[in-house]
Amino acid sequence: MYTFSNRLKIGAIILMGIGFLGMGIGFVTVPASPDEAKEMVAAHDDGHGDTHAQEGDHPAASADHPAADADHAASAEHDAAHDEHVYHQLTNRPWSALYVAAFFFFMIALGVLAFYAIQRASQAGWSPLLFRVMEGITSYLVPGGIIIIVIFVLSIMHFNHMFVWMDSEVVAEDALLQGKAGYLNPTFFLIRAAIFLGGWILYREVSRRLSLAQDASDDDSNFKKNFKWSAGFLVFYLVTESMMSWDWIMSVDPHWFSTLFGWYVFASMMVSGITVIALITIYLKSKGYLPDVNDSHIHDLAKFMFGFSIFWTYLWFSQFMLIWYANIPEEVTYFVTRIEDFNLPFFGMVAMNFVFPVLLLMNSDYKRINWFVVMTGIVILAGHYLDVFNMIMPATVGDQWTIGIPELGAVCFFAGLFILWVFRALTKAPLQPKRNPFIEESKHFHY
Amino acid sequence: MASKVIHAYYNDDDILMQAVKKVKATKHHIEEVFCPFPVHGLDKAMGLAPTRIAITSFMYGVLGLIVAIVMMNYIMIEDWPQDIGGKPSFSYIENMPAFVPIMFEMTVFFAAHLMVITFYLRSRLWPFKKAENPDPRTTDDHFVMEIEVHGDEKTLMDLLKASGAVEINKVEK
Repeated sequence: MYTFSNRLKIGAIILMGIGFLGMGIGFVTVPASPDEAKEMVAAHDDGHGDTHAQEGDHPAASADHPAADADHAASAEHDAAHDEHVYHQLTNRPWSALYVAAFFFFMIALGVLAFYAIQRASQAGWSPLLFRVMEGITSYLVPGGIIIIVIFVLSIMHFNHMFVWMDSEVVAEDALLQGKAGYLNPTFFLIRAAIFLGGWILYREVSRRLSLAQDASDDDSNFKKNFKWSAGFLVFYLVTESMMSWDWIMSVDPHWFSTLFGWYVFASMMVSGITVIALITIYLKSKGYLPDVNDSHIHDLAKFMFGFSIFWTYLWFSQFMLIWYANIPEEVTYFVTRIEDFNLPFFGMVAMNFVFPVLLLMNSDYKRINWFVVMTGIVILAGHYLDVFNMIMPATVGDQWTIGIPELGAVCFFAGLFILWVFRALTKAPLQPKRNPFIEESKHFHY
Repeated sequence: MASKVIHAYYNDDDILMQAVKKVKATKHHIEEVFCPFPVHGLDKAMGLAPTRIAITSFMYGVLGLIVAIVMMNYIMIEDWPQDIGGKPSFSYIENMPAFVPIMFEMTVFFAAHLMVITFYLRSRLWPFKKAENPDPRTTDDHFVMEIEVHGDEKTLMDLLKASGAVEINKVEK
């Protein structure tokens, strides 16, 4: 049995505390009115202007600014609309920071659940030793899912403007949103979210119960039932995961659409999930648990990290290239925003999610070196956080984005909650299944 | 050089792996193992030097990538620039996304084909070459372990029999 070490527990609680503080600061410093927002942005710009003037490095840039300001002043009406827009973007920022981090950690648990179901349905022989680790991670579906539902309910109650289609005033002036209102309306949205989460959590609980019952029983009937549930779940998951990605992510840009978006999110989910399995397994092993897990298990997880990183890049590029090539205005605006306003996170994420894992994990021997896997894993996780960031922020915060106290605070908070919840779940059952029919094969697994 | 070798036949890859480990542990020299299919971990158990084909594969891939870039730059930018979909081809880097599939495919093509050719050259295989395996059954359902005989032949035979060999032959080579 695993005992939750006090140091880790206190560390997780401190992370949550710091994160809570950071998110609080984010919510408190939001501007109270469009005028205040204007002042904040102006002060920010002035700051830049001053340093430019002092350094005298960019005379061209400072010369450009008066011209642009004059243009703005030309239409006062447009200016007011712009201020209103910036105000909404700034008020959205702490909410988006909260939502991105909440979704990112939820996505890890969901990716692990899909990976676990694939292992069950394919009756894989190498992985049963890791089942308890995976079950521990998927336990986060419950708190993570509840937090996301709460964020949706608050969005529908207009505490923020992340999902513009939830605002009936916006829909009233938008023919495209009116056309989509049959699907994109708050009631149906919440019903769908409840069905998705209900189905995923139901499978998780049933499978966990069967997995524990298998250890206590004297035949393989629980194992066979688990196989059937897993195969059924995968069908349900493929459909609901795709719809979830439209609902929860793509709908922040309600005019834009991409047919492979579900797969794209799925790839991100899988690679983050597998990375977390590898990290937690390596951590537990370093503490002397999981004695039968050997280098080959870590090697296999690293192979999956490597493979799914390339799969993610393939989908990222497929989505980008078709839209770039076709150059249809309503589609291409998505990437124009990201390349112009989010250049560093957008391309930085490709380096972190593709170039880095490809170069580091290409060599077969490096996949067996724990610190190599941990280092690559941390970069992959940061890269996929940025991926979610790039999917949400351009629509909600636009060019007012930064990665500052609210964003890092939200990450700390959910990381703490994730660690606390997952490791608490790990203490509830022996870390090694006893009567899985494939457990012997898993113990002797060598590649 | 005439030497005496023993051919031990196995009909299961797991039993073969165990036998290889046992024979290695008693300091006998395994000349070769003939298998109908690749057995994972056999090279490590036999103590063979790690293969360098992965390194050549990487180099061939890089070569393919370079060939693709040079080729597309010549065809699409230098020799015959065209305006495709409102994207005039005057700069490689600006049109790069359109060339990525070609860059990818050429990388894979070069890595795969040159790696196969390297493998054939390195293992001295060519068309119509006479097979070197001692028994046609090694292409069907049997594994053969070839061991050089030094000194005590009797204990080696006993060891092989105990390790699960289904047939043991002594051969002059």
